Amino acid sequence: MSEDYRSMWTDLGLDLVAHDALLSVLGQGYQDIYLSQKNRPEGMAYFDFVMSEVHGLRIKELLDEKAAGRKIVGSFCVFVPEELVLAANATLVGLCSGADFATEDVERLLPRNTCALIKSSFGFKLGKVCPYLESADMIVGENTCDGKKKAYESLGGLVNNLYVMDLPQVKSANGKALLKAEYQRFKAALEDLTGVAITKESLKDAIHTVNAKRAAIHRLSALRKADPAPISGLDALLANQVFFYDNPARFTESVNKICDELEKRIAAKQGVFPAKTPRILVSGCPQAVPNWKLPMIVEAAGAVIVGEESCVGERGTRHLTDASGETVEQMLDAIVDRHFQVDCAIFTPNPDRLEHIQQMVADYHADGVIHYGLQFCQPYLMESMPVEKALEDRQIPCLRIETDYSMEDVGQLKTRIEAFVEQLK
Amino acid sequence: MGQRYAGIDIGSRTIELVVVDETDAIIESQERDTGFDPMAEAKGMIEKVSFDRIMATGYGRNLFEISFDAMTVTEIKAHARGARALFPDIQAIIDIGGQDSKAIALFDNGRVKKFEMNDRCAAGTGKFLEIMARTLGFSIEDFGPEALLAENSLNISSMCTVFAESEVTSLIAKGENRREIALGLHASVIRRAAGMINRVSTDGEIAFTGGVANNPCMATLLSEKLGRPIRVPEHPQRIGALGAALLAREAD
Repeated sequence: MSEDYRSMWTDLGLDLVAHDALLSVLGQGYQDIYLSQKNRPEGMAYFDFVMSEVHGLRIKELLDEKAAGRKIVGSFCVFVPEELVLAANATLVGLCSGADFATEDVERLLPRNTCALIKSSFGFKLGKVCPYLESADMIVGENTCDGKKKAYESLGGLVNNLYVMDLPQVKSANGKALLKAEYQRFKAALEDLTGVAITKESLKDAIHTVNAKRAAIHRLSALRKADPAPISGLDALLANQVFFYDNPARFTESVNKICDELEKRIAAKQGVFPAKTPRILVSGCPQAVPNWKLPMIVEAAGAVIVGEESCVGERGTRHLTDASGETVEQMLDAIVDRHFQVDCAIFTPNPDRLEHIQQMVADYHADGVIHYGLQFCQPYLMESMPVEKALEDRQIPCLRIETDYSMEDVGQLKTRIEAFVEQLK
Repeated sequence: MGQRYAGIDIGSRTIELVVVDETDAIIESQERDTGFDPMAEAKGMIEKVSFDRIMATGYGRNLFEISFDAMTVTEIKAHARGARALFPDIQAIIDIGGQDSKAIALFDNGRVKKFEMNDRCAAGTGKFLEIMARTLGFSIEDFGPEALLAENSLNISSMCTVFAESEVTSLIAKGENRREIALGLHASVIRRAAGMINRVSTDGEIAFTGGVANNPCMATLLSEKLGRPIRVPEHPQRIGALGAALLAREAD
């Protein structure tokens, strides 16, 4: 850390000893996994800086915003519409859920067979190591899978600012009406929190800001279609992860700058790996910071990841919100339409996801798909079987992985992934 | 003299080394326990033979790659290559080794089509059988033949080594016949292996490789369970090393 943030962390109520331990593991992991990569785009220096300051400067910025009267809203899910949050003069941040922490304490509140992502969100709270969570004026939970919706009942006892959003599970007219009603309720809750009424001007601005951020990621994704791939899957995943934390305008600018550089690389036929390196699409559960386990193994095994069909990836970012509405009501409808297209596995049935995976395989010229499932994540593990079958029916090799955040299965995963890469060569 | 190609399979339980000549004929083979210092054992083995190129496989392959500047290949591809060399008509392979097991389906050209591997624990592997044999007072060599002498099979429901051991202990305490318990244990491993094979391949000949294929009861039960022809090589534990040696030649 370039500045001493200890008093800031103390004020936020963090456990400094535990937090130091977390930062040291995170820093070492980033060094070993990210900084050791070869041929990285120079523009990734921005993300290196963001990661080095992820609990420092970024938190200070958020606290400065708070001091100036803005509110901070924390979320765990892409169904929480950033447009509404920004329009109400608040900032949306993703909350930490990508590493095991305080597991023993967590298992006093949650069954052992709960997915790593849910356990992690509790671990960061119980271990007092997430400055985002501690800075948040409102924490939004959402009724996605059974694990999350029941876990929020317990999380509600640990924090005093939890807001739970209900979500539909069927893509029907009733489902959409529910989403709209919930977004209206959320809008009112935000206005109540910030004391700022959402206007058509503020909402239109917010839609443009968030669309610009998504468009920058779309541009980055499209460049990954090139062979040789101009950016590693690890670095592209990082950009998708930082999407949830960074100042939106600065993020957009930085990603576009990287894209300018990648375009030059592609024109010069320069890649991060040689041409004809086996290309892999990762599909499935979200990979939150600092969960870099799968891409680390895949890219060390001599393949490159060219896309993520994931909430931290294209599932979360692929649609823009129609900005043509002239009233708050029309724009709210556009936000509902946009988010109702997200093909999360909590929906039944969920044919759009299957189609999107195949579309991504074709668009990114993927040679195979690795389905990434978190252990005990019923919705995605259930879908992994029809996904595998649909792909294999089309002669697209698929490897289903089921894992968690621990490192004990890395040896096994390496063998399986290396064998899968051999299969693609 | 022509070129010589070596394959070394550094497994959890044993290390095998096979050397082939330019016609793929096996000219040397060695085997020893992995012990607690696999690289020292591997070094001792390769010092005794001469070869031009070597390819490593097995869980110790990456360590070997760093220590001896060798090429590497996964056990999956190595077993596929080795088994196909011996049995040109097989459609699938079941490999049960010391601490893992895999089912591999092949394309007609011998390439790997699909595979499955057991997860993190040793359930359904050689280690499981070894511990169960010890619990019942059999040597590893006698465990399969003794089980085949049983008239009935007792159902063992636990696949976890720790739980199965307590289940076996309680069966012993009830005075059950230990051969029947042994047969039940073999059957429980076969149920799991057959499930893996069926998920990747539904018909055709199968090669049974890995050290556990030396156990005659396993091969018998597998063939009964699947109703498909099972081919067991003379030295099933060497197939990974053989495949690696053949791949070393093909990489040349």
